[in-house]
Amino acid sequence: MRDVGFGYHEGAELLSGMTLSLQPGMFHFLTGPSGSGKTTLLRLCYADLLPTAGQMKAFGQDLRGLSRDNIAELRRQVGVVHQDPQFLDHLPVAENVAMPLTVAGEPVDMEALRDLLGWVQLTGHARALPPSLSGGERQRAALARAVILSPELVLADEPTGNLDWEMSMRLMQLLIELNKSGKTVLVATHDLNLIRATKAQVTARVLRISGGNLQLAGADL
Amino acid sequence: MAVWQGLMGGEGGKGDRIVPPTGFTAQLTLFSAGAMAFLAVFALALALATGRLANRWSAELAGSVTVRVSAPVAEQEARVQSALQVLQSTPGVGPARVMPQDELAQLLEPWFGPDMPVDALPVPALIDLPITGEAFDPEGLRLRLEAEAPGAVLDDHTEWRRPLVSAANRLRMLGIVSLLLITAASGAMITLAAKAALAANGQVIRVLRLIGARDLTIATAFVRRFTRRAAVGSAIGTAVGMLGIALLPEANAAGGFLTGLGFRGWDWLMPLLIPFIAAAVAFVATRWAALKMLEAVR
Repeated sequence: MRDVGFGYHEGAELLSGMTLSLQPGMFHFLTGPSGSGKTTLLRLCYADLLPTAGQMKAFGQDLRGLSRDNIAELRRQVGVVHQDPQFLDHLPVAENVAMPLTVAGEPVDMEALRDLLGWVQLTGHARALPPSLSGGERQRAALARAVILSPELVLADEPTGNLDWEMSMRLMQLLIELNKSGKTVLVATHDLNLIRATKAQVTARVLRISGGNLQLAGADL
Repeated sequence: MAVWQGLMGGEGGKGDRIVPPTGFTAQLTLFSAGAMAFLAVFALALALATGRLANRWSAELAGSVTVRVSAPVAEQEARVQSALQVLQSTPGVGPARVMPQDELAQLLEPWFGPDMPVDALPVPALIDLPITGEAFDPEGLRLRLEAEAPGAVLDDHTEWRRPLVSAANRLRMLGIVSLLLITAASGAMITLAAKAALAANGQVIRVLRLIGARDLTIATAFVRRFTRRAAVGSAIGTAVGMLGIALLPEANAAGGFLTGLGFRGWDWLMPLLIPFIAAAVAFVATRWAALKMLEAVR
């Protein structure tokens, strides 16, 4: 993104002159106080919002010129995990995890699905309905759903916001594994302890939003 | 093709499962589609029956005239012969036929009952004259009868049949308008039901968009469901409606216009189109509603 600005209301810019380029294969953190625009920045990344100024590109495409079908295509290349992930509550966890394949019209490899559920430690919950999952299980299911199409980029918006420390670290471990397998990861969080604990295991770039601008955080993080 | 796929994809199939099941709404849609199809069968029967009636009356109007000969009983036979002589030399007509007493009695039966002795009444003689060519000139014949056969009056049925033909044509138009209204109402009903289902599944739609579902993929799940419900409901409604029509009394048994309400021969194939039309209407209405609504979801 180059000189990107965004405001929910005319004349009141939440983000301004923001320039950022995610390094392929790198683990990134996006931090800043609540309301600083972390979620907004992530939503801009998967074209849920359009910038009001500047240029935003993903996978070589200008996000402003995307048709609705192109946006759908983009979202198949970007896995997203939200703080409060939503599922199709009438379908079992396994079907929810496989849903990106279903809507993309691709066949579901049952063995690969089982492996994926095993990776997020949800094998025993494959047939459970999402409302019966705990917070940590929901986040892991959301992560499995986000990566089933093998996206190049994984975005996580406060993924540990509702989890205790142990669960948070289990989830971060999965994200670290993803990054080590070559995926670009961007995690938005205001939890500095989480960032420090993760940085102990993986090289991460920390970006801080403050006053609508983006800065590279110092080595103290 | 898409309508066919919509009908044939099994409910609960992979694509369908992305939308939660809605039992009560599904039953309402089925019932409404069935009721509309039932009404459509009767509207179609009305349109076809009145069409036949109008055609028949029009054909009869143009196909024959009647000469009425009024005279004292003693002179009636002679005057009938005079009228027949005039008719024999009239261009554009076929052989004239004097209506026998028993036919006259049948004509009068609705008014006087079956046991009325027609012989005892001063009933005029009636001569049926088929028209065979364009050379027939009713005005010329009327004038000749006045001059050469006193008491003979030409009745070309115009006075009473023209309003009947007009009424039958209007009834046919009403039937066609009813069919169009039923089709439009079905479309509106299914659009409303689809919009309600889409609104109730806003969260599902949002999730699907976020994981990369195209608008058409999401819309198709709803379209397939409503298309199938409309087709099944209207097939049941059509079958019941056709059964009702088939069970109407025979024309000979009750007589009159109402017994003509029904299907004849190939007409029976026409109501079979209703479920297909209902499915097509549901397909178009749901697809339009879904795509329109999805525009609001990024």
